[in-house]
Amino acid sequence: MTADLVIEAEGLVKHFGKTRALQGVDLAVPRGTVLGVLGPNGAGKTTAVRILSTLLTPDSGTARIGGFDVVRDAERVRQSIGLTGQYASVDEDLTGRQNLELFGTLLELGRVGARRRAAELLDWFDLTEAAGRPAKTYSGGMRRRLDLAASLVGSPDVIFLDEPTTGLDPAKREDMWEVVRSLVTNGSTVLLTTQYLEEADALADSITVIDHGRVIAHDTPEGLKRVVGGQTLEVRPSDLADLPRIAAILSEVGSGAQADEIRKGVLAVPVTDDRALTESVARFAAVGIAVTELSLHLPSLDEVFFTLTGRTASEDDTTHRTEVAA
Amino acid sequence: MSTLVGAPPTASPALSTAAPNPRPFRLVRHSLALAKRSLIKTWRTPEALIDVTLQPVLFLVIFVYVFGGAVAGSTHDYLQFLLPGILAQTIATGAIAIGVNLNTDIAKGIFDRFRSLPIPRSAPLVGAVLGDVVRYVIVTVSTLAIGYLMGFRIETDPFRAIAGCLLAVLFALCLSWLPVYVSMKVRTPGAVQGLMFALIMPLSFASNVFVAADTLPGWMRAFVDVNPMTHLVDSVRGLFLGTPLGSHVWWTLAWCVGFVAVFMPLALRAYRRKI
Repeated sequence: MTADLVIEAEGLVKHFGKTRALQGVDLAVPRGTVLGVLGPNGAGKTTAVRILSTLLTPDSGTARIGGFDVVRDAERVRQSIGLTGQYASVDEDLTGRQNLELFGTLLELGRVGARRRAAELLDWFDLTEAAGRPAKTYSGGMRRRLDLAASLVGSPDVIFLDEPTTGLDPAKREDMWEVVRSLVTNGSTVLLTTQYLEEADALADSITVIDHGRVIAHDTPEGLKRVVGGQTLEVRPSDLADLPRIAAILSEVGSGAQADEIRKGVLAVPVTDDRALTESVARFAAVGIAVTELSLHLPSLDEVFFTLTGRTASEDDTTHRTEVAA
Repeated sequence: MSTLVGAPPTASPALSTAAPNPRPFRLVRHSLALAKRSLIKTWRTPEALIDVTLQPVLFLVIFVYVFGGAVAGSTHDYLQFLLPGILAQTIATGAIAIGVNLNTDIAKGIFDRFRSLPIPRSAPLVGAVLGDVVRYVIVTVSTLAIGYLMGFRIETDPFRAIAGCLLAVLFALCLSWLPVYVSMKVRTPGAVQGLMFALIMPLSFASNVFVAADTLPGWMRAFVDVNPMTHLVDSVRGLFLGTPLGSHVWWTLAWCVGFVAVFMPLALRAYRRKI
């Protein structure tokens, strides 16, 4: 393995009684990248994060953060990690500022340093106005921002985000994504667990798919999506009257399937041949059809997951599925 | 969150080069920082202080005026006798709350975050125990305040009176490792409360809190004589009223050491094992 892997795990196994939470999980995250760990509820994502962040010891297997073993050198590991998630949280009775100052003190920033760091983070996360209120009065989005701010107090090299946007509305989710992107831009390495396929797609450089405590796939988002093969060609004509003619052409360049109007004024057809895009451009030009949009889409990660496991990733989460499918 | 642009603020460079143990007395400093957290929580939920403010008042008023005449012939004499006992009893029951609170607290994410930080693993528990000192001081002050209003008087000198108060606070501080341990082992806050009352109540009633030990039947006397509460009450009576101290202070201190020696390691071990 290359020296620049910041997070490395080999053969992690963890049982809780009869529950086999992890059954041999390997993970690898190069410096300055985002690994998305994707899987449904109960797949073992949180258990993996808890082992990597030294909260749990594995039954077998090893893991290193920045070269330090999470069991033997746990103390060194804790100096370079930040943990945010479903579990690592803030104190609800303390104000936002008191929470951040407490973590600053515990991280040896000193009284002045802790105060300054808290002020910086409150400002960055747009929480300065709410800084004097107990965290229990915060909205869901503010609460997540404070959680994340708390894990950044020590400027950690490695950040674990355990389902950071579960329960947030789409706009708040986008905000959180921006934060993650800027952390990575500044050199942090991020391991993110998520049930949201679009989240892994939006943020991750590579994706490890976990199901029932096992890794069932590891690839780039594009590579993973290519596994299922099919792509979709989408066309939006300038003139809606051209829709029938376009549908006819698409059916011919596509794999023979019927073109569907997937959104108002947008036709889509599944294609298998890489030449479908160029060929349809030539055919539209030949008959003088103008288009405002023409694109080739990889399938959604939801479809990938279905191909890999035979189930959809979020069978209990119908709203999300429609969102992805739409 | 429109302001969220640009680079995340980076911390002072001193942090990134920090060695594993950059400054001494980490456990002390971290525990004190976490004790401050407990204090803030106490300050924000004053209703959680009812057991240490109202209980000594109620117990003193009820026991002195209901039983005083029958037990001691005069309510004033009984007040002098009873107050050190009530102080010991309420300070001991006041130590139960830490177990109840920790049991609630530990299920929340905040303890996971503590455990992911480079701090001594015992610091959150030690901090919680230290933070409760303020509760024990409140018990002591409210017991003495209502006592003085009812006519109680210290019969020794201020130094011995303060020593008596400190001994009671120390006793509660050491005893509190028992509820801390219990809170790590049982599932619900209610179970901590129930189990601890079942332990503390016999200790405080089968003792010299309410009546002189020599009025008790022999078989019970055997228990009462080793009961840590008896030693604490006799010590506080001696320090407040000038009654013979004997070896009671030493026995009390021995019990304090015993509580810490046994239950602190057990509690810390259970805490480390708790997921």
